[in-house]
Amino acid sequence: MARRRDTLPPTATAPLRAHAEVAIIGGGIVGLAIAYNLARLGCSDVVVLEGRHLAWGASGRNGGGVRQQWSTELNIRLMQESLEICRGFAQEIGTNIWMRQGGYLFLARTADELGKMDKAIALQNSCDVPTRRLDIGEANELVPELALTAFAGACYNPTDAIVFPWPFLWGYAQAAAKRGVEIHTFTPVTAIDGTSDGFALHTPKGVVRAARVVNAAGSWSPQVARLVGLTLPNWPARHEILSTEPLKPFLKPMVSVLDSGLYISQSLRGELVGGITVHEPADREVRLGSRLAFVEEMAHGLMEIMPRLGDLKIVRQWAGPYDMTPDGNPIVGEATDVPGFFLCCGFVGHGFMMAPVVARYYASHLTGGPTHPLFDKWRLGRFVDTATEREDMNIG
Amino acid sequence: MSKKIILCRCEDVTAEDVERAARTGFSDLEEIKRYTGFGTGPCQGKECLRGIAAAVARLTGKSESEIRPFTSRPPLVPTEIKFFAGTPRR
Ligand SMILES: Cc1cc2nc3c(=O)[nH]c(=O)nc-3n(C[C@H](O)[C@H](O)[C@H](O)COP(=O)(O)OP(=O)(O)OC[C@H]3O[C@@H](n4cnc5c(N)ncnc54)[C@H](O)[C@@H]3O)c2cc1C
Repeated sequence: MARRRDTLPPTATAPLRAHAEVAIIGGGIVGLAIAYNLARLGCSDVVVLEGRHLAWGASGRNGGGVRQQWSTELNIRLMQESLEICRGFAQEIGTNIWMRQGGYLFLARTADELGKMDKAIALQNSCDVPTRRLDIGEANELVPELALTAFAGACYNPTDAIVFPWPFLWGYAQAAAKRGVEIHTFTPVTAIDGTSDGFALHTPKGVVRAARVVNAAGSWSPQVARLVGLTLPNWPARHEILSTEPLKPFLKPMVSVLDSGLYISQSLRGELVGGITVHEPADREVRLGSRLAFVEEMAHGLMEIMPRLGDLKIVRQWAGPYDMTPDGNPIVGEATDVPGFFLCCGFVGHGFMMAPVVARYYASHLTGGPTHPLFDKWRLGRFVDTATEREDMNIG
Repeated sequence: MSKKIILCRCEDVTAEDVERAARTGFSDLEEIKRYTGFGTGPCQGKECLRGIAAAVARLTGKSESEIRPFTSRPPLVPTEIKFFAGTPRR
């Protein structure tokens, strides 16, 4: 068999180039997907600067859920497109992302939740997402293992999916590197100076000058923005997640409980992967420690909806940061106060599924191609305006 | 040959997989874990970490003491869900 020639994505030791057209700060899914899409459009004079290793941030720590069940038309339509990109990922990028389209099943406990659910379903249906309301009996037909006496109803969209985040990242990284993008790992940006023709980014490996900079540092983006004197409204919140030993496939959809933020799915590797929201006072620190309180909360939540899992063993728990914003939607586009400094952050708990489509439009936006209404709706300036559109279907 | 040497038995990661990771430019065990999946099964690296660290040292020309283990995650041993659900709800 011919030996595959692997391209070198993460160059920890290579020297930094002195100049780039675009410098992207952050090697998570957002930064890597933008880099790949820029190169795809012919702009390959791009460096990605990642402070740690690829997959260090939220992108290496998430649940891999990809859904179209949202409560605003913008999110629904974007996610329809993103799902199509995921479906074609192996063909476009050449990497298997272990995608499984088993749907998402949301469980509602109260009449109030059902009311909101029905409104969201109507909107999703008007966009051709085939979500439907299920009564408890129908939900049980879909997942016989569920114990649903405490629930009022459910909704199910069969075309929602899960993916395995790690190969997704490697796919973008390798495809970008193949097209000439330089990816530097272990290269944190520590200071940024404004220059006559852009920015000078300081790193322990030296200085790189760039005409334009994209802040794709996720939960660390407020710190990065501060380097150019910009204050961002997003803040980090720890979310924990766990994985069990593998079982033979039995759980078709991702199951999520609306009020607690519990979610659980079975990956193509057979393990159950899931989390639950455990609130803690907000501060500005990114905290990644694991807590007993989380496993306990998750175990109680799981025993309620699927008591048969009691003997299943948890093998690993870990934590990652959600990148929270006041209205639950991301922050994108150029910072009007700092021309040339672009933002693509604030993706709360859904940046993985959003990155494929948002990055596509982002690259087009940066290279003067067709733009998209998201750049108006999700601009930084909206937080000083009055009415913004809130996304109500965030988990957590 | 290295295709037939299994270094991580839980996730079937072979010596060849680790060689490919090193060839691709990874030398940090956190990256290699995320690239090959080694150490993510029931043993959580307790069996394989040392052998893979030694292989990575050999492949990258580093000394074994330079190779740092990946972050170990709770629980210490695989533990039943019902055990954690036995404590009173906070
Ligand atoms: C437990 C959990 C479950 C989740 N589940 C889902 C899900 O099911 N579906 C979904 O779509 N999303 C999910 N998310 C959210 C998703 O993971 C994130 O929205 C997404 O990964 C954000 O990507 P990012 O590239 O913006 O940030 P990150 O992946 O965090 O990347 C930012 C990078 O910037 C780097 N960086 C920081 N400062 C600097 C600096 N000064 N210089 C250079 N680099 C720097 C960091 O090291 C980091 O690698 C989940 C998140 C968590 C924590």
